[in-house]
Amino acid sequence: MTARTASLWQFRQPSVIPGFGLALGVTLSWLILIILIPLSGLAWRSSALGWSTFWALATDQRTINALRISFGTAFAAALINVVFGVILAWVLVRYRFPGKRIIDAMVDLPFALPTAVAGIALTTLYAPNGWIGSLLSPLGIKIAFTPIGIVFALVFVGLPFVVRTVQPIMEEIDKEVEEAAATLGANRFQTISRVLLPGLAPAVLTGFALAFARGVGEYGSVIFIAGNLPYVSEIAPLLIVIRLEEFNYPAATAIAAVMLIISFAMLLIINMIQAWSRRRYGYGA
Amino acid sequence: MAHDATTSHTSNGNTELVRVATSEHRLARYTLIGLALCFVALFLVLPLAAVFTEALRNGPGEFLTVLSDPETFAAIELTLLVAVIAVPLNLVFGIAAAWAIAKFEFKGKAFLTTLIDLPFSVSPVISGLVFVLLFGSHSLLGPWLQSHGIQILFAVPGIVLATVFVTFPFVARELIPLMQEQGTSDEEAALSLGASGWQTFWYVTLPNIKWGLLYGVLLCNARAMGEFGAVSVVSGHIRGLTNTMPLQVEILYNEYNFVAAFAVATLLALLALVTLVLKSLLEMKYSAQIAASRRH
Repeated sequence: MTARTASLWQFRQPSVIPGFGLALGVTLSWLILIILIPLSGLAWRSSALGWSTFWALATDQRTINALRISFGTAFAAALINVVFGVILAWVLVRYRFPGKRIIDAMVDLPFALPTAVAGIALTTLYAPNGWIGSLLSPLGIKIAFTPIGIVFALVFVGLPFVVRTVQPIMEEIDKEVEEAAATLGANRFQTISRVLLPGLAPAVLTGFALAFARGVGEYGSVIFIAGNLPYVSEIAPLLIVIRLEEFNYPAATAIAAVMLIISFAMLLIINMIQAWSRRRYGYGA
Repeated sequence: MAHDATTSHTSNGNTELVRVATSEHRLARYTLIGLALCFVALFLVLPLAAVFTEALRNGPGEFLTVLSDPETFAAIELTLLVAVIAVPLNLVFGIAAAWAIAKFEFKGKAFLTTLIDLPFSVSPVISGLVFVLLFGSHSLLGPWLQSHGIQILFAVPGIVLATVFVTFPFVARELIPLMQEQGTSDEEAALSLGASGWQTFWYVTLPNIKWGLLYGVLLCNARAMGEFGAVSVVSGHIRGLTNTMPLQVEILYNEYNFVAAFAVATLLALLALVTLVLKSLLEMKYSAQIAASRRH
């Protein structure tokens, strides 16, 4: 090991730390066994369908509508989360108020609360006879059992992604930057909108992308509140489950493949944003 | 925290006249706090409150009767069993992955890190689907498994596999940034003093990462016990046999047995609350040691 000289073509750089082979061996075998073989099974099954069959299944009107609903509601929910997530992170980082520590801990609730529990709880609140739904239904506003209900469930699920991505970056902001802006005659609104928020943009974008990606695939919290009306409020993951229950494996596979392709494209974009923000601001988002 | 000092100084004293240039007007401050609190109440506090109120709607007597149902008991047992298998497996994997990625420089490291994160960007339903395609009766392995009497789908092994898939990145994701930050100098010192590789790991590395590790295990466990979509696809919903707690919640809810559904849900909500309390405690006491854990 020590006799080997470092070269560009060497797989790993020399180190005195032992256990590389064992650690990498365990990692790779577990990764291949649990993640890569099952996922490549999906890729293989969808390629075995043949292009024309795959295209026909993927462009089925019900599938397209389900995908549109999944991606549309996830996008709307991620936008709402960006607005309120940034406000929430700001309030938690900058202000002092009673119960702040509890609120801070509560933000992680969607990570810890099983999605099925969130689903039935939100449905109870926003159903027409629920706590909040009964206040809104006289006004003609329906939340549960409509696409708006899906957005509400996805707002719940995605909130911590935005807050927890933005919060650490906000904590790192150097106060001197704001002081400089104030000294140069900027009012507070200008300082925030022209100086602070642009610096947070990469983190906000990453938070948005994470919440969006999570929302697209979300199942447990949505199916209770959505109403699940085909073409109207039926999300893509639910359509996969329905096709599986019909033993229509080709259709389930095709929908899953389309979702995965879009998700991986988004993962790529998230990584590019992270790399860019690290280059630009010197810290990861 | 330095920001806090400035703000409180502004709001407590009579210095409001000479408002600090790097803080907002009091009205803006209260509006923002109000907005944030309303949002938290609407989306986080009320749903949690709803779970407990609905479960106790007909009094604590019925709540307890519902919970002592044998099917519910079986669901609790299965949930615990799945977590007891899945969490240690991903714990060992997480430590191995973090050791390889954080302590060494090798080609393809970034790609490996991306692969580890993969389950986070896959819908839970798809995580279940891949195992149905792999082990189902229409698959390559299906007939062989059937002829050998091995049941994976609609049985405990399938549920464990789907749970392991979904909770795969949790421990590794917590440990990799932490161990990268700590570097290799402690281990190098131990090795140069004559410690063996395992001794170095047990007496140097493990104490260094224990709080971060615990943090990862906590999150991994919460997800393992609460996973719904993936488990739902592979479980087959056989009552008393392959229903985990979240699936039991769904079945009871769809039968309009709301009190029972919410009673089981309270157990999961309590698990979530315990997780949050432990998480906050860990963050408060060992924030330096789990610095990277804020992000998921």
